[in-house]
Amino acid sequence: MSTGGLLLTMAACGLVTFLIRFSFIAGGQRLPASPAFSLFLRYVPPAILGALIAPEIFPGGPVLVEIPGNPRWWATLVALAVAAATRSVLATIAAGMLALWGAQAWLA
Amino acid sequence: MPSSSSCRTEFLGGVRAELPLLLGVVPFGLIFGVLGLAAGLPGWAVVLSSSLIFGGSSQIVFAQLFGAAAPGAVIVATVGVVNLRHALYSAAIAAYLKALPWRWKLLLAYLLTDEAFAAGIGRLRDGPATAQRHWFLFGAGFTLWAGWQLSTLAGVLVGAAIPAGWSLDFSVALTFIALLVLGVHRRSDAWAALAAAATALLALGLPHKLGLLLAAAVGVACGVLLRRFDKGAA
Repeated sequence: MSTGGLLLTMAACGLVTFLIRFSFIAGGQRLPASPAFSLFLRYVPPAILGALIAPEIFPGGPVLVEIPGNPRWWATLVALAVAAATRSVLATIAAGMLALWGAQAWLA
Repeated sequence: MPSSSSCRTEFLGGVRAELPLLLGVVPFGLIFGVLGLAAGLPGWAVVLSSSLIFGGSSQIVFAQLFGAAAPGAVIVATVGVVNLRHALYSAAIAAYLKALPWRWKLLLAYLLTDEAFAAGIGRLRDGPATAQRHWFLFGAGFTLWAGWQLSTLAGVLVGAAIPAGWSLDFSVALTFIALLVLGVHRRSDAWAALAAAATALLALGLPHKLGLLLAAAVGVACGVLLRRFDKGAA
């Protein structure tokens, strides 16, 4: 992407984000009685996060035989356990990176 | 005529309410600065995204998709989906800002983040309905904004000193893993994430990273459909 394209994309992202935040403030309304919208929103974070994480761990796609030799897979298991135990983003990143370096050295 | 002293009191109250939240935001800004560089963004773009987009998770998504050479339209759509929850905050505070001039509405909408909302909604909803109470939200939002800009800048300076070959790009995935685990409260949340992850892998062959949006849609649909099997679900 060119510098101009990067700037334009970033500005568009900023505009979309701003318009979302401005939406109801501009209208001066309270939350509309739409349980369907809230229900939909509830599952957006886990769905988008799951969709973002998976290709980072398996860049080659769903090839099951490659799992034992993939250091990112083992680091992910450690990160999931540490995240569940500590509820800390920083601890998860630290443990996950250490596990990745360890697995890379072990599997190399 | 609003007295300037009560504006000041409200503003400082907002600053004080926001300060504890900065404990979590500053490390996140540092990490974003470092991993924005690791994902392939130039340093100026990492810093600029903090004021132009001003939304932590969505900025990480922006950096990651840029590094993966996704087309601009897919990046903008994904950032929009990630930030869609802010519409709920907008709706929740709209009634309290109704009488304000447009310049205030524009400013407070720009500053409306997870943390500013969390720090400000209690004052707006439960505090006295004075003509200066929006200064509280302004104080909270401005404090978060300043903390985010400075910590991102510091992260870029630190990140530039970190050698390549440390696989630091994986810290993006680790951040997402932590946010995911913290956000999963019911079984249907986990099923939504798993369904989206599986779809994302199966759809890797789709052009322009469109598999990402497809996977998010499948994940949301699975969550909505499976919520009836949650413990205590009606």
